[in-house]
Amino acid sequence: MDWDFIVEAMPALLAGLRYTVLATVMGYALALVLGLVVAMVRKGAPPTVAKTVFWIMEFIRCTPLLVQLFFVFYVLPSAGIALTPLTAGVIALGVHYAAYTAEVYRSGLDGVPKGQWEAARALSLPGVRTWTSVILPQAIRRVIPALGNYLIAMFKDTPLLFAITVPELLFEANRLGGENFKYLETISAVGVLFIVVSVLSAIGIRFLERRYAAV
Amino acid sequence: MTFFTDSLPIYLNGAWYTLMITVGGCALAFVISMIFGILGTMRSLVARAIATVYVEIFRGVAALVLMFWLFYAMPLLIGYRLEPVVAAILALGLNVGAYGAENVRGAINAVPRAQYEATVALNFEPLQRMRLVILPQAWAQMLPTFGNLVIELMKGSAVVSLIAVSDLTFVAQQMRTFTGETLLAFLAALIMYFILAQIFLFLTRMAERRANRRLGRLPDRPAKKRAIPSMAGVARGGES
Amino acid sequence: MPQSEQNIQDTIRPDASPDVPGPGDAVQQPLIRFEKVVKQYGDNVVLRELDFTVQPGQRVTLIGPSGSGKTTILRLLMTLEQIDGGVIWVNGDPLSHMYKGDHLVPANEKYQRAVRKKIGMVFQQFNLFPNMTVRRNITEAPIHSLGVPRGEADERAAELLDMVGLKERIDEHPTRLSGGQQQRVAIARALAMRPEILLLDEVTSALDPELVAGVLDVLREIARTTDITMLAVTHEMGFARDVSHRVLMFDHGRILEDGPPDQIFGEPREERTKSFLHAVLESG
Repeated sequence: MDWDFIVEAMPALLAGLRYTVLATVMGYALALVLGLVVAMVRKGAPPTVAKTVFWIMEFIRCTPLLVQLFFVFYVLPSAGIALTPLTAGVIALGVHYAAYTAEVYRSGLDGVPKGQWEAARALSLPGVRTWTSVILPQAIRRVIPALGNYLIAMFKDTPLLFAITVPELLFEANRLGGENFKYLETISAVGVLFIVVSVLSAIGIRFLERRYAAV
Repeated sequence: MTFFTDSLPIYLNGAWYTLMITVGGCALAFVISMIFGILGTMRSLVARAIATVYVEIFRGVAALVLMFWLFYAMPLLIGYRLEPVVAAILALGLNVGAYGAENVRGAINAVPRAQYEATVALNFEPLQRMRLVILPQAWAQMLPTFGNLVIELMKGSAVVSLIAVSDLTFVAQQMRTFTGETLLAFLAALIMYFILAQIFLFLTRMAERRANRRLGRLPDRPAKKRAIPSMAGVARGGES
Repeated sequence: MPQSEQNIQDTIRPDASPDVPGPGDAVQQPLIRFEKVVKQYGDNVVLRELDFTVQPGQRVTLIGPSGSGKTTILRLLMTLEQIDGGVIWVNGDPLSHMYKGDHLVPANEKYQRAVRKKIGMVFQQFNLFPNMTVRRNITEAPIHSLGVPRGEADERAAELLDMVGLKERIDEHPTRLSGGQQQRVAIARALAMRPEILLLDEVTSALDPELVAGVLDVLREIARTTDITMLAVTHEMGFARDVSHRVLMFDHGRILEDGPPDQIFGEPREERTKSFLHAVLESG
């Protein structure tokens, strides 16, 4: 193990980490918004629409994220939509994880007592107000820890972006490793970094659970 | 349509590789799940520490990073390069096994304490306790999550295409380059993955029904809604 | 049944029996002996330096308000709880401890298994194994922990089920049975281990009222036809009066009163016993 090389490679690895974090944050934001829309459509839209949306989500959940990445990266440009690798990655991550966050939101929505909808109707609140000020605040609060889990899961999935040439952590590690024939140092460093983040975030989720789940 | 019919044999070949790696990875993951899951339920502090360390390490590293490490980094350490397929199965099995161990631990801990007390009153040895009473009851509880993990592992197996194993994803990439049919090349692969997943789901549901019948639960009970397959969900379920 | 009793007597290692001083009036060595037994959960002391003995063949009923430590006594005997002080002796062998040279040290799993072989227990919530049929519930333990051949265990299971009136249900899942039937299977399961001591922990408390009688009849039958030593925690005072030789009234982890059922139920000495019995009979 060449420790000096690890120190030397650190700046490049940290630059890669910046892409990793960037992709995670943007992909997660997309997943949060899109997932909520999907959950609301499945709750509020006519059955045929809801059913179609369900099967699309099921399809996304049952197929590999890597192939979905390739799909976005290669197919959209061939349809005339120009994308940077990072944008393609963020879209694929966001859509893939929206299929999961939608289910989390749905369980949250199902957990809101029926009486809350009835009370809103009794006060003749308009539909939008019912959602925004009665239902969603209650539904989302109780699923915050579950949503947090998907942030961690997505972070662990970002190395896949390597396959579509996003210069994230694994990409940089692989590049440096290849150039200097120091795979052991660089990839081990990536592995350790992921373990550290994973352990820390597990502690964070436990904190969220204590704070929100008990409500 | 001709694209699909013409290239079906090639895709089937890729699907065969995907299936083999999935089955191999699942076999390894299952053994690991059982060993570290049971260790995690033991009274001994050392046993539990070993289980925790395993789970935290191999849950933390994504299968792709682990596979790269096994394939590119480890040879520099041991002077011997693994076959790509072996590296892939090891990486997937070790990674998914960590989630599986949490599942097993959670399911064993969910068996009512009263059942354990009954085994003490009947003077079973610890191993008999586990084999005859605790595991058979925990099994029904483990199955839904195991089913989800099989799907996760199958999806995760796509990473093997990055070390040139000719699985479904690899085939799709090749078809894209050779035919230029970008959309169809990937769509065909996605559909085959979806079909594989549905087969695995069907098998899991059959196993679940059988396990519930064995516990004397009503077979005509409406099937429990499938939990959404996700490692994140598993992680959470295991910790609670 | 006396035959089987004899078998169990044979398994007791006479050399392991220390010289235990019996209580003054006892001729025989007591089968169970609590010596300054302490059990506490955190700051809550459940048993404080409890002393008592039970002679072989004695049927003892433990009564008293909830939280008075009755169930804890059964659970300590079954090694489901760790003892916090004192020693429990079963037939002269320490249960919670074992000899290491001349010293008593906490018992290990293997030693405890050898001693508790003599003890069976029936639980309030039956605790049948849902992953096994009625037959396997009864036969697995004799086969695996006593080494009884399967054929013999099957025969014995059929006999026992006949005795509890459930012969026809032998191949069903316990979940298909009513609570009362499940509890009768649980009694058969405990007897299949040929215990010398049978612990009954509120065995009718979880049952619907109309199912209680069936279970109590089975227990009366066992009391009539065998000389198994019984320790029962129960609120069924009629049953206690019929079958027990001795009633122990507990309060706050101590024995308040100890005597034959006629005396305890007929002319209790303690005010506390009187008011407790009054309250139980009122509600029952």
